[in-house]
Amino acid sequence: MADLTTTFLGITTPNPFWLASAPPTDKEYNVRRAFEAGWGGVVWKTLGEDGPPIVNVNGPRYGVVYGADRRVLGINNIELITDRPLQTNLEEIARVKADYPDRAMIVSLMVPCEEQAWKRILPRVAETGADGIELNFGCPHGMSERGMGAAVGQVPEYIEMVTRWCKQNYDKPVIVKLTPNITDIRYPARAAKNGGADAVSLINTVSSIISVNLDDFSPEPSIDGKGSHGGYCGPAVKPIALNMVAEIARDADMRGLPISGIGGVTTWRDAAEFMSLGAGNVQVCTAAMTYGFRVVQEMIAGLSTWMDQKGYERTSDFIGRAVPNVTDWQYLNLNYVTKARIDQDACIKCGRCYAACEDTSHQAIWMKPGRVFEVNDAECVACNLCVDVCPVEDCITMERLPAGTVDPRTGKVVSDDYANWTTHPNNPMSRAAE
Amino acid sequence: MAQGSMAPGIVAGRLSAEELARNFSDLHPAYAPHEAAVAADRCYFCYDAPCVTACPTGIDIPLFIRQIQVGQPEAAAKTIFDQNILGGMCARVCPTETLCEQACVREAAEGKPVEIGRLQRHATDTLMAQGVHPYMRAAPTGRRIAVVGAGPAGLACAHRLAMKGHDVTLFEGRGKAGGLNEFGIAAYKTTGGFAAGEVEWLLQIGGITVETGRALGRDLTLDTLRGDFDAVFLSVGLGGVNALAVPGTDKTGVRPAVDFIADLRQADDLAGLPVGRNVVVIGGGMTAIDAAVQARLLGAETVTVAYRRDRAAMAASRFEQDLAASHGVRLLFNVQPVAVHGNGAAAEIELEYTATRDGRLTGTGETLRLKADQVLQAIGQALVGAPEGLRIEGGKIAVTGAGRTSLPGVWAGGDCATGGDDLTVTAVAEGRDAAEDIHNALMG
Repeated sequence: MADLTTTFLGITTPNPFWLASAPPTDKEYNVRRAFEAGWGGVVWKTLGEDGPPIVNVNGPRYGVVYGADRRVLGINNIELITDRPLQTNLEEIARVKADYPDRAMIVSLMVPCEEQAWKRILPRVAETGADGIELNFGCPHGMSERGMGAAVGQVPEYIEMVTRWCKQNYDKPVIVKLTPNITDIRYPARAAKNGGADAVSLINTVSSIISVNLDDFSPEPSIDGKGSHGGYCGPAVKPIALNMVAEIARDADMRGLPISGIGGVTTWRDAAEFMSLGAGNVQVCTAAMTYGFRVVQEMIAGLSTWMDQKGYERTSDFIGRAVPNVTDWQYLNLNYVTKARIDQDACIKCGRCYAACEDTSHQAIWMKPGRVFEVNDAECVACNLCVDVCPVEDCITMERLPAGTVDPRTGKVVSDDYANWTTHPNNPMSRAAE
Repeated sequence: MAQGSMAPGIVAGRLSAEELARNFSDLHPAYAPHEAAVAADRCYFCYDAPCVTACPTGIDIPLFIRQIQVGQPEAAAKTIFDQNILGGMCARVCPTETLCEQACVREAAEGKPVEIGRLQRHATDTLMAQGVHPYMRAAPTGRRIAVVGAGPAGLACAHRLAMKGHDVTLFEGRGKAGGLNEFGIAAYKTTGGFAAGEVEWLLQIGGITVETGRALGRDLTLDTLRGDFDAVFLSVGLGGVNALAVPGTDKTGVRPAVDFIADLRQADDLAGLPVGRNVVVIGGGMTAIDAAVQARLLGAETVTVAYRRDRAAMAASRFEQDLAASHGVRLLFNVQPVAVHGNGAAAEIELEYTATRDGRLTGTGETLRLKADQVLQAIGQALVGAPEGLRIEGGKIAVTGAGRTSLPGVWAGGDCATGGDDLTVTAVAEGRDAAEDIHNALMG
């Protein structure tokens, strides 16, 4: 049996599945339920300054994008940070942590960009016995208009400054949560590292309008006929998150900086992908909000099963394994030549590959009498679109042409030498071939 | 108090009103909107989709299913009606298992096709329930066309002609329009007076005058029609019933299955409809199955379909065969009737086993007897009273192209004409295509 015990920033939890700072971790009642259901840790819903609590809208705060059968693909929200008194949250955090010493308890924080504000709250958080803090520099809505959340996360200098304040005034791990609403994730990540962050977590939600009501033309979720951009999350944002995690993981300046992966983790497979790209653990929200806390049981069993199948004894055996394989386009092997192959026995003759190729790609699939679809190697550029749109798994595959054969499209003999764009004759910048 | 299945003879009220209501409820209940969206999502939107090729009316099935999927069943209905104005009835009665759904690639992939028929019904029902008619007539052409026979072919032809701006007189021999949609077809396939409602909805196009009780040969002659109208479309169906040529068919209790079904379809109260205790249906088509299943649903104790060839040769689809079997109808293959026995009223039927020898079906000499107080003959219908001068081929009005008969200005379609299967959907296609051809001929 694989051991899912995972240590992140010195915090050891029974599995790498943490709940992200969000409504599911808003109060003692939920968090106790989460721990009972098996979650390895939680990042408590973001606390703000002491004083009159935040107010939320009193109408809908979530909107959704559905797939087939109302499957939740993405949710956006306009909820703000906790709307309960600071002291109440702190007392609850302390109680729950005391009762669940083997689970991670991280406190998410967002206070104004002034050192005194951070100095006021950090000692009070420390008193709870929580394992660390996460700085919410990511929320794209509401709080950002008040100079917090994404407003900080979009300015690397602020990130570095606030991170430094926290490291100076708090002695447990400091995680900086990054917003994806920037052009290059490496800049805010480097700023966090320079400020002394122990880790970064990403991504926070993506700025979004989820839909428009075509009767009253209000963006949704609609508050009395008006809408505001919210934060998008769930399975739909996972590819964005994977890329940003990988960009940090493979950046020379940040090598070794721990990453907590967030963004659409719904199944064990999603978690394994994030972790293989360098995330030391993952944080989950939308899957729990869609299916309830019990969903972690599938993640635990699934990851364990996969690890057993692959012979990984602990999560550290595969964390970061995909990072060396993420590269720049210019280093991809241009001598890797493949062609689409259609398994005629598996083909159900829907013709989607043909429509896709004929209308939108390279006219490389023939439709022959009897609805027989065949690949014309002389036109196939191996774009993979036919594979992507085929409804039958493994019916269309990409087959590598062996070295020595002639690619009928280019007329050139396939070589098994590695050769990329940097040395390609068409590249004016290429180094002269010897 | 219901009489029960065991009451001897042909009697009414075998089952209670509740049992009858349950038995004759919708065979394929309508989808709820969410169910329809989920079912629609299974469609792959195939290129040059096989289901469209398999549809005699060529409905753009992937398009209408996609329109349901995106929440516009009304637009989906328009896509259907553009090709098949009786799309509502066809959604109910088409043997989709041998047409579009058999061709569906998901049938090949998983043995579970997209439920095209039920999706079509969802779309057409949605639009028809709104009471709107989605077509306008073109500017009047001043041309007058006689359509003889208000079954599916006649209705489709009349509608298309009216749409093109022609004035149509639709003659119908019976007291009501609808043809086999109204008088044939099992009741559980078209519940709630749908057939009559559909005719009413179709006629909202305007420009169609219906004259019922006017039959060709009896009240009308083709010569007069040709003189009075610019064109004539004959869609008179097959009015005659093939009779069993065996002794005893004159006994009480022996009758055509189509009459039994017509009585059932027109009955105000199913409890008042007599049915035998032991019913034997002779034949192997849809009519035989429709009659047999309904006899069981009315409370007959035993119902047997006796067919002279084997299962593979049966015209009724496997779905229909299984439907009958699931209702307790016994399917007996390779038997042919020899005689009906009984003292005045039918009591038993004598059947002889058959075998195919040298490509010919012959009796083996071995016989069996079944109790039979009611014998329903469903061995086919025939064209009767075809006007003189029309070329007849294989017992039907010979047509070429889009329903052109041997007489100028006379078109024919539906069951009475050659070509195509005797299906509602085929009749609709023939009526529609003949209308286009008539229009081109008159306006060209």
